Amino acid sequence: MREAFITTLTELARENENIFLLTGDLGFSVFEKFRGEFPGRFFNIGVAEANMASIAAGLALSGKTAFIYSIVPFVTMRCFEQITNDICYQNLNVKIIGVGGGLCYGSAGPTHHSITDIAVMRALPNMTVICPGDPIETELAVKSSVTHQGPIYIRLGKGHDPQIYCRPPRFKIGEAVVLEEGRDVTLIATGNMLPVAKDAAEKLKEYGLGVRLISMHTVKPIDEKSILKAGRETKAIFTIEEHSLVGGLGSAAAEIIAESNFKVFFKKIALPNVFVKDLGSQDYLREKNDLSAGKIAAKVLMAFKENAISR
Amino acid sequence: MIRNNNELFTKYRRIATGIRKKIVKMHAISNTSHIGSALSCVDILAGLYFSILRIDPKNPNYKNRDRFILSKGHAASALYATLAQRGFFSEEILEQYCIDGGKLSGHSTKACVPGVEASTGSLGHGLSIGIGMALAAKYDASKYRVFVLLSDGECDEGSVWEAAMFASHHKLDNLIAIIDYNKIQAFGRTKEVLNLEPFVDKWKAFGWEVKEIDGHDFQEILHVLKGIPFKEGKPSIAIAHTVKGKGISFMEDEVLWHYKSPNKEQLEIALRELSSL
Repeated sequence: MREAFITTLTELARENENIFLLTGDLGFSVFEKFRGEFPGRFFNIGVAEANMASIAAGLALSGKTAFIYSIVPFVTMRCFEQITNDICYQNLNVKIIGVGGGLCYGSAGPTHHSITDIAVMRALPNMTVICPGDPIETELAVKSSVTHQGPIYIRLGKGHDPQIYCRPPRFKIGEAVVLEEGRDVTLIATGNMLPVAKDAAEKLKEYGLGVRLISMHTVKPIDEKSILKAGRETKAIFTIEEHSLVGGLGSAAAEIIAESNFKVFFKKIALPNVFVKDLGSQDYLREKNDLSAGKIAAKVLMAFKENAISR
Repeated sequence: MIRNNNELFTKYRRIATGIRKKIVKMHAISNTSHIGSALSCVDILAGLYFSILRIDPKNPNYKNRDRFILSKGHAASALYATLAQRGFFSEEILEQYCIDGGKLSGHSTKACVPGVEASTGSLGHGLSIGIGMALAAKYDASKYRVFVLLSDGECDEGSVWEAAMFASHHKLDNLIAIIDYNKIQAFGRTKEVLNLEPFVDKWKAFGWEVKEIDGHDFQEILHVLKGIPFKEGKPSIAIAHTVKGKGISFMEDEVLWHYKSPNKEQLEIALRELSSL
């Protein structure tokens, strides 16, 4: 997704002279081309994210569209108050690009994990939160972000994320993509869990379940319609995210379902609200935390077996 | 020549007195804090808005105007009063300061009235916002300058020094910081809370061209701020020595007036003192 981001941004910057890219000293071997092509619109701010967020606000107050980039915790929480006051309060065209969503930096430890970022960014007035599910959604999200007025947080995976789409889906901020139209169970995934959810859906189909697979790339504003439709048309909804159980996609979906008039089986599949202290790769930590395709499929099947959901 | 200069400075002193009268009334009506912080930067604001800044109250958003950011956003009453005095909006609007259903909040808010360039209030943000504007000016080859007024206590914030380092590294000589160095912060004297000294040396070490001024002496304020950039290729900073609560005898140099607002009797005394200046 990182490559898709910078390739798309470089293309957009050729057409749009207002696009600036600021980084908190990250992007080695990724941003050199952009820097070479647009030296006046690229700034390595240094390891100073608070300064970076406010500089971006100053650029936006001067008519520019500023992208700021770092690893998720540093570009969201280190400068949270700058994002709140300078970017969101003034509703400015600053696009926050977080790399390494969830457990991408697994073995780097909890300082580099991002399991609370969706929750805190989602809480901010004026903020839009997008978690692309693959490189194609990343490209579409970055393109849409430039024409969108106001701040956006885009939560990326890392590098070499699998591609899910053969051709670009219809993409609109705040509108989910329905990849499969089943009638038994709905899996709503966001961000880099989309490929895992897709694998889980394949497994469930082998058990004869009709699976509706939804990519909820925009967590805020969340696509209420697609959730309600799934609630009406399928027997169960599972949300899937590489984020804490508190405040992320699952919470956002639960808020919609709790206030709706119908009862549907609903379950959040996410990380517990603890620091992930196990050491290992992203795949290892997913397995350990029940976020692998196999574990997710098993959890769904178990719900059906226990008759929590009528078939 | 000297006589003319004296007349000129008398004019600015009169303007500043007018602004101070507005401020004390605003705080008395709204019963709000920070009057001391507002009064200490009045002469700097008067110098900027009536002489230094290239601005047009009739066309407040024209592209190449100089930008001013009140990074010490808690002195908003001083900025609003100055803007009103300069003709950006009607003086009656000042009555809307910090009252129920009012228009002007206690920390400067962009677009609540014409002339406010950025919303501030949390300390340590303004210099970085100013850098963003200064970078945009350089990129667009625009001649406008960006002025940022900071408080002394604000310099406790680490982000100020992130900004300080960046501005000199990128040779932003269209960026001018002014410190309202009244030497009192929220809970005591700066030298007791967190000593800023040697303050001039710190800014020099961070690559800025530094000048010290008496922040209540128009001759110094105007002379120094007319000479920006102080040095080509470097950001400029004027460390302005000021007195908290300046202009009202019983408010001067008192931590208490970071919080208190004048009652009816104190307001009368304050206005009388200002009228006698």
